[in-house]
Amino acid sequence: MASELITKYMREEHLPHIWCPGCGHGILMRDVAQAVKNLGIDQEKVCLVSGIGCASRAAGYMDFQTMHTTHGRAIAFATGVKMARPDLEVIVIAGDGDCAAIGGNHLIHAARRNIGITVIVFNNDIYGMTGGQYSPTTPTGEFGTTAPYGNIDRPFDIAVLAAAAGASYVAKGTAYHATQTIKLIENGIKHKGFALIDCAGICATYYGRKNKKGSAVDMMKFQRDNTITVEQAKSLPREEREGKFILGKLVENDFPEFTDEYQKIIDRLKEGK
Amino acid sequence: MTKRLVVDPSWCKGCGICAEFCPKKVLKIVKEKVTVVNPDDCIKCGLCELRCPDYAIYIEEVRDEE
Repeated sequence: MASELITKYMREEHLPHIWCPGCGHGILMRDVAQAVKNLGIDQEKVCLVSGIGCASRAAGYMDFQTMHTTHGRAIAFATGVKMARPDLEVIVIAGDGDCAAIGGNHLIHAARRNIGITVIVFNNDIYGMTGGQYSPTTPTGEFGTTAPYGNIDRPFDIAVLAAAAGASYVAKGTAYHATQTIKLIENGIKHKGFALIDCAGICATYYGRKNKKGSAVDMMKFQRDNTITVEQAKSLPREEREGKFILGKLVENDFPEFTDEYQKIIDRLKEGK
Repeated sequence: MTKRLVVDPSWCKGCGICAEFCPKKVLKIVKEKVTVVNPDDCIKCGLCELRCPDYAIYIEEVRDEE
């Protein structure tokens, strides 16, 4: 037995999911379902595309038109779907590794084109499924199975990366701040061009254990106590901003949308001009 | 319409997030499963439902019997 929301938007026969106890992905996946419900979009008109990784299992659990594709290529497949069927709401759920490492190139070019898909990043700063390797968002100095002496890489801020590449809607949410994150996802889906919502997740099993962050509850508390709004972040000096979770909308622009521009060419050529 | 707190222990993985962030301390993890220990204190705010990663707890609206 499950709530109305879960019964309608998830494939109950595949639940409970296989994510670990206290995994932020479960919370974020519910946020996506709630956002679609709040918008009142026909479920059959939503196409959810995912790649490979913990986060990407969402395409199996959620009851939309779904595609579970190859590692890092979710945005590439989503681009194809959106070009063929611009009437669909195309949503990508990707992890930080899927989206910013192997799929980083697809991400920046989809953002540059401003194609009307919504990318929701379940960002837990680690490769969970494969055993806790550090990812492009693992903060410097943190540990992973492949960084036993501490990570010397500098992390990507996926939201800032997408904004710099030309995404026309960019926001940051967290697993703890579910109400606000649902609203940000809603606005992202409603937005005409390329939207990305970078959601800070929680991986207690790998990231938490490797970095002595305590239980999932401890990590949720840490998220609660260390989140600042976009406005606050702007007024803080860089040193004080380090290590903080940021909540809110970073960018919203009305750049021309890719499938619209493509349709314009089709229309123009049909008229023989 | 009245609201009712519903728990499905078979989906609960005992992470304890719901119990920790319940503003009225209605919930407790007993033997790795969520348990409603103070049902009368529940204000049906739904924060547990919002943060349960496993959808094992939720607020249900029940039609009042006429």
